[in-house]
Order: sequence, then structure tokens, then C-alpha cells
Amino acid sequence: MAVKTVIEAIRDGMDEEMARDESVFLIGEDVGNRGGVFLASDGLYKKYGELRVIDSPLAESCIVGVAIGAAVNGMRPIAEIQFADFIAPAMNQIIEEAARFSYRTAGDFNLPMVIRAPWGGGVHGALYHSQSIEAMFAHVPGLKVVAPGTPADAKGLLKAAIRDPDPVLYLEHKRTYRLVKGEVPDGDGVVPIGKADVKREGKDLSLIAYGLMLTYCLEVAEKLAADGISAEVLDLRTIRPIDRAAIIATARKTGKVLVVHEDTPFAGVAAEVMAIIMENAFDALDAPVMRVTGPDVPAMPFNHVLEEAFMPNPEKILARARELAAV
Amino acid sequence: MALKTTEVEAKGGRSRHRSLGLSDEQALRIYEVMRLARAVDERMWLINRQGRAPFVISCQGQEGAQVGIAAALRPGSDWVAPYYRDAGVVLWFGMTARDQMLSFFARREDPNSGGRQMPGHFGSRRLHIVTGGSPVATQLLHAAGVALASKQRKEDAVTAAFFGEGAASQGDTHEAMNFAGIHKLAVLFVCENNGYAISVPQSQQMAIQNVADRAAGYGFPGVVVDGNDVLACYEVARQAVERARRGEGPTLIEAKTYRFTAHSSDDDDKRYRQAEEVAIWRQKDPIQRYATYLREAGTLLDPVEQEITERINQQVEDATDYAEQAPDPTADDLTTFVFKQELKP
Repeated sequence: MAVKTVIEAIRDGMDEEMARDESVFLIGEDVGNRGGVFLASDGLYKKYGELRVIDSPLAESCIVGVAIGAAVNGMRPIAEIQFADFIAPAMNQIIEEAARFSYRTAGDFNLPMVIRAPWGGGVHGALYHSQSIEAMFAHVPGLKVVAPGTPADAKGLLKAAIRDPDPVLYLEHKRTYRLVKGEVPDGDGVVPIGKADVKREGKDLSLIAYGLMLTYCLEVAEKLAADGISAEVLDLRTIRPIDRAAIIATARKTGKVLVVHEDTPFAGVAAEVMAIIMENAFDALDAPVMRVTGPDVPAMPFNHVLEEAFMPNPEKILARARELAAV
Repeated sequence: MALKTTEVEAKGGRSRHRSLGLSDEQALRIYEVMRLARAVDERMWLINRQGRAPFVISCQGQEGAQVGIAAALRPGSDWVAPYYRDAGVVLWFGMTARDQMLSFFARREDPNSGGRQMPGHFGSRRLHIVTGGSPVATQLLHAAGVALASKQRKEDAVTAAFFGEGAASQGDTHEAMNFAGIHKLAVLFVCENNGYAISVPQSQQMAIQNVADRAAGYGFPGVVVDGNDVLACYEVARQAVERARRGEGPTLIEAKTYRFTAHSSDDDDKRYRQAEEVAIWRQKDPIQRYATYLREAGTLLDPVEQEITERINQQVEDATDYAEQAPDPTADDLTTFVFKQELKP
């Protein structure tokens, strides 16, 4: 066991998988000598060479399309999109191609590939370095979407994604990179895709979150405890395939659920979580399911007042949780 | 500017195929695959017009470019990323008339997609045919990726991506050629320029005469070839394949050709091109042209031609009967293979 940051856990995960399996390679902008703009691949170019750590041209469709082809021909590519905000040029390759390869060939082809994308706000990144993209991609059958929030989960889910036989969109929250530290188990520590995790047990209400919002929800649970309110915190970890059983279980256990994400609300992940609860645990609810999300505006502004107004934070979550507890 | 091949008849005369290193048997095999592609296609139109199948998209007119170029590759170890007209390519790589008809009738046994995709959306891992969808030009990047993997493993496989001149306008085409040029990947980019993207003529697709001229911008050679001259296509492809296997990088081959049919069974080409223009190109039919050459070369004798015709007729009949009677998928097949390992959604 060692205490690591999220970014260190991601680097360790890539390094260990590349050492373990020669078919694993990394391709993306600035991932080579520079080690990535966030240093996620620091040292890997020197260690594994230019055929396994490839500085791509500044072209996202190229990064993903080439990764698809390499996966067809026996490799396990990790395609890095420098910021999730710039994934749009690759959407055709991700949605129309990668997500459909297995289905459109009735299982003849499969694509063992990972698309890593730093996402999320609260980093003064403005409209184009702050976005949440999970709902757009989680809507697409044929893709798996994960969004870890702790170093152990970041490493364990990255390993699971690299070893998975299908395309996985791996979302790493930029704000957590150096903010969130935690113990990472020695050895593989693979975290299975599709399994949520109760990060804190509670009985009065449930907070459901992922990514940076997990950290905020754990803070909120601590404050609620001081008020005598016992909050359970469920970390989704995987957005799709979503862990229905874990969502239903926590809803049935506490009867009150608050879903938190920084993505905008309309047709978002929270809406899907709420639908799962309505369909499967309506009879166990003591209050309407509530959510805290970013607002329905196109993206997060640069100015700090506007950015803070956009981002959910512990205060906003706490206020809503108290409201829910009081029902 | 792109290189231009000289006129067909000028080189090699009556033993042109032998001067290219093709035995009589190989030359006849090329002819037979071209004819099979055409015959299956014609049968599909007949069945479509009888209302027995909803959709057909054609290879007719482009068989010379397709088979000539595919014949320079090694099926089994090399890879192709075809587009929806490339029946000639996939037949050369090991697909059968039955496979094509199973796809045409969208049967469960269709090896391309289990009846999920429209006809012409080829794919077979076993035969090294990369599955294709309907968005155009995406397969050029896949071909670059397949070739990157070959380079990473130090294998000498060559990958050929096929596309129309309409797809040449897509950003993925630029991104794929740029990437393949940087890494000197063993890729053939094969543009089957048939003059029209559905109804849009080349003059509205690009401001230049030759797609192949763009190769200069990616640091590798571009070659224009008469796409209706199968041996010329074979020759330029063979040179490109040799170059690729030597590790010298990609080649862009532009085969100038023409499609004889409308874009698809749902298109009416009388709305955008003259019957006279089609008639002129039918005079340049790559199959007729090659047959004339083979007869003059003394390779295609009447009894041989008759055997080929009989074999093709037999295959088309068998494939049609087999596929039309083959079972459809069941409703239960709708939800399988979303992932390799089945997961509940």
C-alpha cells in the first residue's frame, strides 16, 4: 500500500500494463517526450520507445481511428484525447465505428481499446477545458464509460479497461489529478467495470456521485454526520454499464436519494439513475429523488464568479441534502 | 503532379500479363473473379426489381480496379479495408457468392453482419477484411491503424484502403494519409474515382483533376491509372505493394473508372447524367476489354471461357437459392453482441 495521487495512479496503471503486455501502446497529442500535458505518461516514452508511445498529429479522429485499426490487428491501444472538450472531431469514429464493430459484425470483430479523456471543471479551464461529456457517450450502446474518483479506482479501472475486449471511454477528472490522494493497493488491484462502490455506509439518505463530486459528497456526509444525519455515499465509478443493483439497494436502504454531477441536467446521468429508482424502488422512497447538477448553459465560463456559480460544490450539495433529510 | 501510366496496349503487347509475372492461370483467375463480381451484382438487381430484396449497391464497371489491385496483395496475411462497392476486392480475398447473397438477403448466416447491415458492408476477421459502416472515409484511418500494428510487430503485411472520390473530401482521408505518411506505413490508398458521388460530379467535389496529386502533400507518391484496365491496375498496385513491403511507405493510387448503374437501387441516375455518357463508358467495360486482350493473347480459349461461364452461372444459381431459403435472424438476435462479452445493458 502506498499513498498516491490520481495522476500517479493513472501513470502507474499504464506503466504496469505496458510492461505486462507488449500489445499495449499509447497514442495521443504530446504524450511522448512531453509526457502528456498533465504528465500522465511522464517517463513512458523513454521507457517504451517511439513505437509504443506515439505523439500523434493534432487530429482527434486520427487518434481514435488509428487506435481502432490497431485494435483490429491485435494491439491494445490507449488513445488519449488531450481534453474531453476536444473529443467532438472523433465522435464519428467512436460512435459510428468503435461502438458498432461488435454489433455490426455479429461478434466477428471486437475492439480492445481505451480512450482516455481528462474531463470536468473547477480548474479555470473555461468553456473548452472544463466539459463533462459522459451523458453523450453513455447514451451509446456498445461503449463502456468509466469515471473513477479515487487513486485506487483510477488505477484499478484503467487496468480493467485496458484488459477489456471492448472499447472503453475512461474519464479522468482533471481537478482530482493532484487534489485527491489515497492508498493504492500493491499488485494489480483491478477494479471491475460495472460495479459501483459504497464509499461510506449510512442509513438516513443516499448521495450518489462519481468523479470529483465523490470527494465533495464524502465531505458533505461528514458534515451531515455532525448534524446527526447518517448519509450513505455510493460511488458509481462506471457510468455504463451502470450498476443498477447498487443503486436500487441504496435507495431501498435509505429511502431518500440525492444524485450529484457537474454535467448539465437534461437527459443526464442523474436522470437515468432517477429512472432506475422509479422503476425499481418507488415503493421504498420516503421523498422524491433529488439532484444537484451544473446548470443548463452550454459550458463553464472562465470568470471565477461564473465558474463557481456553475460548479456544484460541498455547500450546494449540503444545502440540498439537508432539504432532503428534512422531508 | 501524379505519375500517369502509359496506354495499356503499348506495353507488353499480347503477353502483357506474362511480362507482369502473371501466369496464364493467374490471369484467368483475375478474369473469373471480375466476371463473378459482375454476375452476382446483375442477379441482385434482377431480384431487387422483382421485389424480392429491398436494396442493392453495385460494383459494376469498377471490377478492373478492384480485382486488379487486390490481386497484387496476399490474401490471408495482407489486409483490406474496402468500401461498399468493392465486391471484386472481397471476392478476391476469399468471400464467396453465397456470402454475398446471404448479405443481400440479410440472412442470419450472413458472415459480414448476420443480416444487420445493408448489402455491401463487408467484413471478415478471418479473411482480413476490416468491417465497414456507411459513413465514408473512416476506413482509411482503420487501415492506417492496421498498418501501424504491423509495423509495431515488425511484420511485412500490407494494408489497402479503398474509397471513392467523394470520400476523398472527408477529413478522415486527410488525417489517414497524413499519419501514414509520417510513419511510412505499409498502406495503399486506393481511390476508385468513378466521377460521381451519388449525383455530384467530380467538378463539384474538388478543384483538381487528379485525387492522386494530393499525395505530394503527404510525402508519398500518387499514381493515376486507367481503372478499366485491370492489368494496369495490377501493375501499379504491385509496385506500390513492393514499395510498402520495403518499408518506404504508402502510395495513393487513383483508378479512373465509372459506375454503370445508378448509385443504388434507390437512385435514378437519369436525373444527373446522360445516357450517352453511360453508353460511352460501357464501351470501355473493364471485363470486355480484358476478355478481348486474353483472347488475343491466346489465353482465353473458347472452351475455357465456356467453363468459366458455367462455373459462374452455377455459383450464382447456388448462392441465390441457398441464401433466399436461408433463415432470417430471430427477434432474439436483436440484442446479442453489443459487446464481446455479453453484458446486460
